[in-house]
Amino acid sequence: MITVDPVIIALLAIVAVPFVGAIIMGLDRRLTARMQGRVGPPLLQPIYDVLKLLRKEPIVVNRVQVVYACLHLAFMILCVVLLALGQDMLMVLFVLAFSTIALILGGMSVRSPYSRIGSQREIMQMLSYEPILILMMVGIYLINGSFMARDILVSGKPLLLSLPLLFPAFLLVMTIKLQKSPFDFATSHHGHQEIVKGITLEYSGPFLAILEIAHWYETFLLFFIATMFWATSIPVGLLIAAVCFFGVILLDNIVARLTWPWMLRFMWTAGLGLAATNILWLYI
Amino acid sequence: MSCREKSPWIVHFNCNSCNGCDIEFLACLTPIYDVERFGIVHVGNPKHADILVVSGAVNHRNARVLKNVYEQMPSPKAVVALGACGATGGIMADCYNVLGGVEKVIPVDVLVPGCPPRPEAIMDGILQAAKLLNVRREDRPIEAEVRLTLQPVGEPENV
Repeated sequence: MITVDPVIIALLAIVAVPFVGAIIMGLDRRLTARMQGRVGPPLLQPIYDVLKLLRKEPIVVNRVQVVYACLHLAFMILCVVLLALGQDMLMVLFVLAFSTIALILGGMSVRSPYSRIGSQREIMQMLSYEPILILMMVGIYLINGSFMARDILVSGKPLLLSLPLLFPAFLLVMTIKLQKSPFDFATSHHGHQEIVKGITLEYSGPFLAILEIAHWYETFLLFFIATMFWATSIPVGLLIAAVCFFGVILLDNIVARLTWPWMLRFMWTAGLGLAATNILWLYI
Repeated sequence: MSCREKSPWIVHFNCNSCNGCDIEFLACLTPIYDVERFGIVHVGNPKHADILVVSGAVNHRNARVLKNVYEQMPSPKAVVALGACGATGGIMADCYNVLGGVEKVIPVDVLVPGCPPRPEAIMDGILQAAKLLNVRREDRPIEAEVRLTLQPVGEPENV
């Protein structure tokens, strides 16, 4: 095994990941368009959007919100770096939670009721998916005896075979985190919803670009975790990530946006039930 | 072609329109016309938008709102006025409460003619406005010149 300097891996993760994330988002927009019988934007459209936003006039509602946007991005980058270096996956989850909390506080720091409602819904989303992610890490620990991402291959067989029920639960989490229907009520990729743009409403120009870039990292992170379910063979892992991608977009296009009480009930019964059953099965 | 031209995000404001222009504008978003292939996204938030699309004649009541929406947009920004009412007040021009075209309140960059204009003409107008995003406001052509280059579009050929 060739050992590469961790600094180089970290730098590579910081520089290359947003491009991969942007291309995944571009593919997403194109695939969505095709599913709706449209041509869709160019593949690099998310990059054009962000470059445009970076060159727009900065309008600041309050400076605290800008600090929270930067913190959101910084914690998200830290998440990706930690995972790329094979560090503690539990730590990755905590840093991911910090990142989301920075986003929530940013949405809460302005007076717009839409932004605040978006933040409150984001809190409900966290409440729905965090237990499942924690249980997923518990499951990985039960198999590998370690929370470290670099020990993912210790057991020698793919995680998916041991965590068959946690995987669909993780797919639901992914749908929430990628802001897809039926869970896209904190903010949405689609222009219009009942609270306009929700949590990102008061950001404009370069600060919105910061949030977009953070979302690229987040998208990559989620698909990377999906790939880890079959870490023994990279092509199969990528295939699993591709199936997740298609499934999430299909779900986004065929279902309507639902309400947060529905999500909370669904995730705490179906989602948590699947995860807990899997853990129980592993434990016995 | 700069990134500004490739991703013009639009916000739509109905300024007392009869809804004719709005229906034609919304037709642009449908799979037949699909404005997203030009990177155009219809956002509901002026703070995210580059181009303000206004339909209808301005009256005393909504002039303040129109100005407010325009001022919330970060620069560079452009304005597209739809239809006869957006240009001059159209059939509503003589009403006691109507101020006139959109130009009475905010600077307009592109006027799309028609009553209502066809979706193709609206898309053309938005893309011309997107080109103007690279030009400083004082250097932009006066709207009469823009209007001359924008002929009404005939029957669609390849739809």
